Amino acid sequence: MEFIRNLPFIGIFLCMSTGVINSVLDGKWAKKVSFTVITANLFMSILVLYYVWQTKQSYIYVMGHHPAPWGNEIRFGILEGAFATFFCLIMLLSVLGGVKRLEEDISEKRSNLYYVLVNLLMAAILALTYTNDLFTAYVFVEIMTIGACGIIVIRGEGRSLLASVKYMIMSLLGSGLILIGLTLIYDLTGHLLMSNIQEAAQQLVKSGQYQVPFTSAIALISVGLAMKSALFPFHSWLPDAYTYATSASSAILSSLVSKAYIFLLIKIYYRVIGLSIIFQNKILNILFLFGIAGMIFGSLSAIRQDDLKKMIAYSSVAQIGYIYMGIGLGTTAGMLAAVFHIMSHAASKSMMFLSASGLSQVSGRSCNYRKLIGAAHRNRIAGFAFLVGAFSMVGIPMTAGYISKVYFAQAAIQAPYQFKMIITVITLGISTILNAVYFIRALIVIYQPLKGQKQGADGRRDFRMAVALWALVVTNLFLGMHSDAVVDLLRAGLRMFC
Amino acid sequence: MGANLFHNYYETVAVILFGIGFTTLLLHRNMIKKIIGLNIMDTAVYLFLAAKGYIEGRMAPIVVNGIQKQEAYINPIPSGLVLTGIVVSVSVTAVMLALTIRLYRRYGSLDVDEISMKAKKEER
Repeated sequence: MEFIRNLPFIGIFLCMSTGVINSVLDGKWAKKVSFTVITANLFMSILVLYYVWQTKQSYIYVMGHHPAPWGNEIRFGILEGAFATFFCLIMLLSVLGGVKRLEEDISEKRSNLYYVLVNLLMAAILALTYTNDLFTAYVFVEIMTIGACGIIVIRGEGRSLLASVKYMIMSLLGSGLILIGLTLIYDLTGHLLMSNIQEAAQQLVKSGQYQVPFTSAIALISVGLAMKSALFPFHSWLPDAYTYATSASSAILSSLVSKAYIFLLIKIYYRVIGLSIIFQNKILNILFLFGIAGMIFGSLSAIRQDDLKKMIAYSSVAQIGYIYMGIGLGTTAGMLAAVFHIMSHAASKSMMFLSASGLSQVSGRSCNYRKLIGAAHRNRIAGFAFLVGAFSMVGIPMTAGYISKVYFAQAAIQAPYQFKMIITVITLGISTILNAVYFIRALIVIYQPLKGQKQGADGRRDFRMAVALWALVVTNLFLGMHSDAVVDLLRAGLRMFC
Repeated sequence: MGANLFHNYYETVAVILFGIGFTTLLLHRNMIKKIIGLNIMDTAVYLFLAAKGYIEGRMAPIVVNGIQKQEAYINPIPSGLVLTGIVVSVSVTAVMLALTIRLYRRYGSLDVDEISMKAKKEER
């Protein structure tokens, strides 16, 4: 059993090294290697999760031969294990579901490059989940930025080029802010390992010195990560990037890349700064307000779209707003709701992007509402998956989205400030109505009965997408119906995180 | 307050440069100038780090002449971080430049706003 402690490192290393190998393989082999590695990582993460769940404690894995204050460390507890498992699962299903569209979008010669990027992204996501070192986190944030830019641009069309440039600019602004924030924190505390920084930070706050630089460092890192994960005023890159990328990329970007940044932010709040300090900090109020604004304005923009993929992209802005609102409540209940919503939103959004691609496949490759009329009759499984996803976004019981809304509302009611409680509950209501408006419109369009035309699939069935969509539907319903088990797991993980 | 700013003039300059780079990257329309802004921003952070690691009157952290006392050398970690940071910023700059070349070939312009207009026109 001791061997399991090596698995997080082996997983990251395996992804990185096979990523390099993929660059010299041809497309078919690269695909096989990539799928094998992600599946292997999924099983390894499950083993890690099982191990920490059994032993009920977290472990620190020392990288290299240097002990704590100097060396580099990997740390894994229940939350890290759960998220690594979940991220691997979603990555596997996203690529599996989008693989047919991928083969059409990218020329045969270059298709191995896509799997290089997928492996790189997987390595970065795992590293961000497991790392205990702030500067390593920064390096992997940059690796993830480059990987994400690659999977947007790989279609090679004008619009996807432009989208990736916009993405890069916003992302680089974010990384600049993160870097200078990290530098400030290093200067103030003299450490780069998360647990050591936290000890020093506690003393710093107790002594009352350097409060302004410390607060501004927290603000810089928060805003930097918020920019990267497309919180409301910084979301300008998001709609283009999600719309013009190939469907697997949109699924990966919306459900993994932006979520990994938010996971890192939560990790920094818990493990670097410490809950007692961050809950007193005013920066959470700003994240709260931005989150609330995102919930409303994201939905309002989504209503105005007549392109299905763009509508889903704007709905992502609203959902990211939910997560930041949960973080901004400034309570452990809010954090729990936010962490659960990361999972439920990732499970629904990847499903919706894949089903949108499935629907457009049978509607002349267009995501425009006029072309999509009756598309759900031509591709039943994609239509059904879209239905489940839409229900989950609106918050119909039995789906994952309902549970996260329940937890957000509970967290709001327990919030220490009445002001925040009232705003949260009202906005949750308004946002649910707005969600319903645009998702029901989309459902009416795709389920419109066709007169005269032949109903039924159009011959070219996409088996892999069907498998991925069914698996995602099952994941979503599992999160919705067995939420108690998942929430208990996350709660134990968050407690271990402190 | 003002005395502090003057006393820590390395840090002050670094933060000013960071601001210049940040606004150039955010607001400038020309892609190449954006990339220059990015590099100014990153380099400002390295200046900040190097200034923080430097201790007056000490040597670079390379053991020479058998002097092994800790007091003889400056803090080596910020220098290590700067090196890592340089690697990151070089690769990011390379990606940005490659994207700029592709954009220029496709749209014949370096102006982001103009390219956006052209792209929108093409879609219609």
